[in-house]
Amino acid sequence: MLKALKIVFELNGNTVEADVLPRLTLADCIRHHFMQTGTHVGCEHGVCGACTVIVNGDAVRSCLMLAVQAGGARVTTVEGLTPPEGLSPLQASFRRHHALQCGFCTPGFLTTAHALLTREPDADKERIRHVLSGNLCRCTGYINIVEAVYEARSAYAAKPPMNATAERP
Amino acid sequence: MKLPDFEYAAPATSAEVVQLLAGRRGEAKVISGGQSLLPTMAFRLAQPALLIDLRNLQGLDHITIESSGVRLGARTRWRDIEDDARLRAAHPLLVEAVSHVAHYQVRNRGTVGGSLAHADPASELPCVAVTCDAELKLLGPRGERRVKAAEFFRGPLTTALADDEIILELSLPPWPCDRRWAFSEFARRRGDFALAGVAVCYDLDERERACNVHIGVLGACHYPRRLRRAERALEGRPVDLETARSAGVAASEEVDPIGDFHAGADYRKALVGTLLERALLKSNAQSIENCF
Repeated sequence: MLKALKIVFELNGNTVEADVLPRLTLADCIRHHFMQTGTHVGCEHGVCGACTVIVNGDAVRSCLMLAVQAGGARVTTVEGLTPPEGLSPLQASFRRHHALQCGFCTPGFLTTAHALLTREPDADKERIRHVLSGNLCRCTGYINIVEAVYEARSAYAAKPPMNATAERP
Repeated sequence: MKLPDFEYAAPATSAEVVQLLAGRRGEAKVISGGQSLLPTMAFRLAQPALLIDLRNLQGLDHITIESSGVRLGARTRWRDIEDDARLRAAHPLLVEAVSHVAHYQVRNRGTVGGSLAHADPASELPCVAVTCDAELKLLGPRGERRVKAAEFFRGPLTTALADDEIILELSLPPWPCDRRWAFSEFARRRGDFALAGVAVCYDLDERERACNVHIGVLGACHYPRRLRRAERALEGRPVDLETARSAGVAASEEVDPIGDFHAGADYRKALVGTLLERALLKSNAQSIENCF
């Protein structure tokens, strides 16, 4: 019988702990232990990008990271990017540009774009396309997603890196 | 698919990692970023009983640039290489090749040591290592040893790394300021596995002829290797349209790719020739702005 290991990390601004088996991915840990189901699990082998979360400021695929590897880390999911009321500027831009249809891939696009624009608020369309190439969307054809991310740049350039997670209770 | 069951350890020293590996001969695997290992486990291509995580180790994430060359610690991420502005002058071929590795999220976790140990024939760093005569520093129960990259890669996902050894470092020989280089690969989508690719570097003699020619191939091969006939086709000659073409033809004849769902063998052979011809013509126009 394999032993569960205790992990403690920061999830969307809150310190959380769980007893997990080593085989549990960070994606499943976030969904099943903490019921934050905004992080979607698509391919489970690092191709689709739907499970992207932000770990210590970097966008990573949470199906390719073990929950036990997140001990001590600062993890932000799409829930952590969402203000208590309404939408973040990036989310509002997605809505304005019709950058989603079924919505399955959207959390992965939002977390990826947020990590990118936080670090590179002047990313041009080529850079945005390059970065988003790691996320699959089968509805939109991508053009509206690129437009939405491009337009949201001003919200990141105007002030220091947004930290929506701090606003969550 | 969900991952199979395994035990997990995260020791604090490389000596303990080696000890754990030796104790579970063949049944344990080292994990760092996990960007190649975890997909192979999801597919049940690998089912280690124990994963030994390097996350608590101090060091092994260094990028050292000295007159003796560039040294990359095994835990150095693609992202770290991309962010290090010094490398653009100290090893432009490395930087160019690494810019093609995987997608944004994977680049934030994937490591030098992981790519070398995984030894996918289509991966960029093993190709650069072989092309540039790099050396790997390994640690096992009997201490450290050094292996030339050309002897390290033995086949698809097969290397000279023993069950009880870990990779500590990759050393690339020094890069002269006026060396010419190019890297060229073709993938259906940038960041995906390349169907084929070539890495090229050479120096120019006093009459502007190519010498010390190094040409490596990825993708259209069972493991990364140098293309000696293509190198000979260029050695001692000026790099122009004619010699680039003849080197491309030699390279195309020299590779023995397998055909698969993504591209047939003949297509990949032709691709290697075209990529090399283009790379050589591009190599003429590239130079380092601020030499290290």
